Amino acid sequence: MIASEAVKERVQIPLNPESLSAERIGYLDGLVHQARTAAAVFTQFNQEDVDRIVKAMVLAGLEQAQHLARLAVEETKLGVMEDKVIKNMVASEFVYNYVKDKRTVGIIRNLPERNLVEMAEPIGVLFSLTPITNPTSTVLFKCIMAIKTRNAVVFSPHPKAWHCCAEAVRIMYETALKHGAPEGVFTCLESPTLPDNAYLMKHKDVGLIDATGGPGMVKAAYSSGKPALGVGPGNTPVYLEKTADLNTAVVDIIISKTFDNGTICASEQTVVIDDEIYDEVLKKFADLGAHICSGKETKLLERAVIDPQTGFMQPMAVGQKATDIARFVGLSVKSSTKLLIAPIQGVGREHPLSVEKLFPVLAVYRAKSVGEALRVCVDVNHAGGLGHTAVIFSRNEDVIRKFGNVINAGRIIVNSPGSVGALGSVYNDLAPTFSFGCGTGGGNSTTDNVNVFHYLNVKRVARRTQNHMWFRVPNQIYFNMNAVENLRQFPSLSTIIVTNPSLERIGHVDIVRRHICPKTHVHVQVIPDAEPEVKVILQGVEALNFYKADQIIALGGGSVIDAAKIMKLKYESPEADLEYLAAPFLDLRKRVIQYPTEKTNRARLIAISTTSGTGSEITPFAVLIDKDLGRKVTLADYSLTPDVAIVDPQFVMSMPKSLTADTGVDCLTHALEAGVSTFASAYTDSNAMQAIRLVFKYLPIAYKHPNDEEARCMMHNAACIAAMAFSNASVGLNHALAHAFGARFGVAHGRANALMLPHVIAYNASVPTKFMPSPYTKGYVAHKKYATVADLLGLGGHSVDEKVKNLIAATAQLLDELEFPQSIAELGISKKEFEQAVPDLVKIAVDDPSWRSNPRMPLMSEMAELFWKAYEGRGTAKAADSLQEQTK
Amino acid sequence: MPMIPVFLNIDEERVVLDLQEARGNLDCSQGEAVLDFSSVRRIDSNALQAMEGFARIADEKAVKIVLRGVNVDVYKVLKLVKLAHRFTFVN
Repeated sequence: MIASEAVKERVQIPLNPESLSAERIGYLDGLVHQARTAAAVFTQFNQEDVDRIVKAMVLAGLEQAQHLARLAVEETKLGVMEDKVIKNMVASEFVYNYVKDKRTVGIIRNLPERNLVEMAEPIGVLFSLTPITNPTSTVLFKCIMAIKTRNAVVFSPHPKAWHCCAEAVRIMYETALKHGAPEGVFTCLESPTLPDNAYLMKHKDVGLIDATGGPGMVKAAYSSGKPALGVGPGNTPVYLEKTADLNTAVVDIIISKTFDNGTICASEQTVVIDDEIYDEVLKKFADLGAHICSGKETKLLERAVIDPQTGFMQPMAVGQKATDIARFVGLSVKSSTKLLIAPIQGVGREHPLSVEKLFPVLAVYRAKSVGEALRVCVDVNHAGGLGHTAVIFSRNEDVIRKFGNVINAGRIIVNSPGSVGALGSVYNDLAPTFSFGCGTGGGNSTTDNVNVFHYLNVKRVARRTQNHMWFRVPNQIYFNMNAVENLRQFPSLSTIIVTNPSLERIGHVDIVRRHICPKTHVHVQVIPDAEPEVKVILQGVEALNFYKADQIIALGGGSVIDAAKIMKLKYESPEADLEYLAAPFLDLRKRVIQYPTEKTNRARLIAISTTSGTGSEITPFAVLIDKDLGRKVTLADYSLTPDVAIVDPQFVMSMPKSLTADTGVDCLTHALEAGVSTFASAYTDSNAMQAIRLVFKYLPIAYKHPNDEEARCMMHNAACIAAMAFSNASVGLNHALAHAFGARFGVAHGRANALMLPHVIAYNASVPTKFMPSPYTKGYVAHKKYATVADLLGLGGHSVDEKVKNLIAATAQLLDELEFPQSIAELGISKKEFEQAVPDLVKIAVDDPSWRSNPRMPLMSEMAELFWKAYEGRGTAKAADSLQEQTK
Repeated sequence: MPMIPVFLNIDEERVVLDLQEARGNLDCSQGEAVLDFSSVRRIDSNALQAMEGFARIADEKAVKIVLRGVNVDVYKVLKLVKLAHRFTFVN
């Protein structure tokens, strides 16, 4: 028996570099300097260079596997020579097989569908600590990893395994050098000490600490302030469930637990066996060379191999043969004994053998039920094994899944040996490794089997992606005089007309009725002439249910059509929670909530607009008032879009002048804001531009000559066309300001828009204080698009700046023609009252989603400034001169 | 008095020897030595060591070292070993 250092460091306190002499520091600095130079030179190597060197090293490792295994056993007095040969070969051949085709230089992965390319960047200098239990195999593994990833390594082997590790490093280094690796790529500390390790862990030129060893070393690595791969001890629970193939299970456990005398930290520690198979399993173990300890023998064993003070295994037992341990303890066992099996009755300090035992002593527990078995496995897992490895033998998929759920282990090995299974690539498809990441449960940064990609910085070259855009409108829009006649082509058994009292009074409802399919039952649901309340919606839904409606005709302005949209939503999907559906979102495609797709009822929604502004007949938006909450609820989803829109000017011929002006300017604002929106596209631009042209030409005529059929018709079309633009490109800051101001002072929406419009054009056309992130547009284009509008309107101007100024002037002139007030002050709002209101107006405007597609990201101070400009009047709207520079 | 810089081409196969030669010419460089690295695609540890020594001597003699045509891979190596700041780079 020898006194191993493998677990002594559990109780050792952090490493202190203070005691190092200047000479020693010079030596350590020299090693790192040499490694840093090698790593720098290595950056020039290509994949072929690297792969050539790796292959040569692997062949050398295989050639020297036996030599290195012998050295390791002779020096450490741990483990089994034959098994260490296998470990060295796995560390060479299996690892090579896994990494040989992996790209680790330059472009390592191309993801064209995501416009992403991943590129490798070496880390530089690795400081690598290797353990006593798997000394040479770990060195071989880490050398291959380092060359494959173009890193240099300073090795600090466990002092009790220094010679064999130094030899392994020498063999790898000389081979690598011979095949072109940079000089100094591997170095090995002479006579390493804990202060050396402490110094190197904090060395400025060390890029990564790669610590495989005990918990003290791992903790020191993570505490150094350097990036670290620290992988440490485990305590592997095994559940041997009654459906398992017992012969396979017993042999696998013996293979694993006796492999290299149990020195692999993934080896089985406590086997929890179902009651029904317990005796049979123990007999099979005994038949195959295990000694089953009696209660008295178990007591003797635990006293000898577990330190009663710390509760951890005794170092002297680590990596020893079962017969040697038995002789030391005083147990009488056969000379062929491979494994000592000790029954235990629980887990924890009162049951000393339930901890990690890196030697061929296996605890077993008899479980009366699956529940008890899983609980005991969880206990073992939490007794020092978190994040490491667990094993289950079972044919019951439910039990395997349950085990996977409750056990916290980076490797959950099913129906195969724990230690060799966890190493990867032998019994399963895990990455081959000699470093088991234990996740946060083990104080580690990864649960992976550490391999090449942990020794690389992966750089992601992300090219700009063109997100999908959309242009969605109702698939049927009927327009021009008497378009309502098209109602005839929509068969219906039961139709509800949602409308206002005034529209019913002036005969509009009768016109509609005349064109509905004959034999249709028609009910008229009259709602108040105001933004709809929840109560009104629910009454409408009640009527829809009562009449079993299959068609809804919304006849009215924005409020009526919005009400009908929400009635349809609640009628078709009664569970729809309006408050929930109104949750805020930034991008429609990425929104958190989804509108219902399952429908209890189905009804066609036909929208007939009786104003020329909101465009509600084709938009996917609806607003209602929730009086209980005291606020507006805005719903937005393309499922709200009416199925059919009828844009028939006969319903707007009698619009009063002020309503004509208000709704007309609302339409203009929609078009202008959609035109410069960050969501604008060629599809929305064409509609926005056409709508602007129509408004400038026909709105003054419709206002001054209400009976001009052509002007009414064109304005009615303009409203719908503008809505096509803004229902796909959204609106902007003008609407956010107007919503806040209009609500606070009771000013009609179109009028509020008009007060802000020239100022917002000037604001958007100047160089932004803060740009709005916009993947859809290239550069800042708002001013140029305004200039395009000016060209379209024939406003003249030689530069973009002049054209913008001309557009602002033309807009102001249009508003004058429509007899809008020049300023907020003109509405009779005192300066003092306005001053008091501005902070609130800004807060409300900031919360308004409209500005999120504005080309310029408005600062709160800028919003306040715009409110004040609107207060002072249209004459103050000027495009900034600094714009000229950008235009050039 | 106008400075007369020393010009030397560096061959990738003999960087160390070329730098030794350059070192011998530093005394007559009158303040500046220009080394043309255009043909050097890769640099190894020995060359780096030679460059470090060359830079040290140039410092002592107050000679500015200008490296011409250094490719970006070699430049990155000089950055990584913290040697880049000791030279002036021109295309």
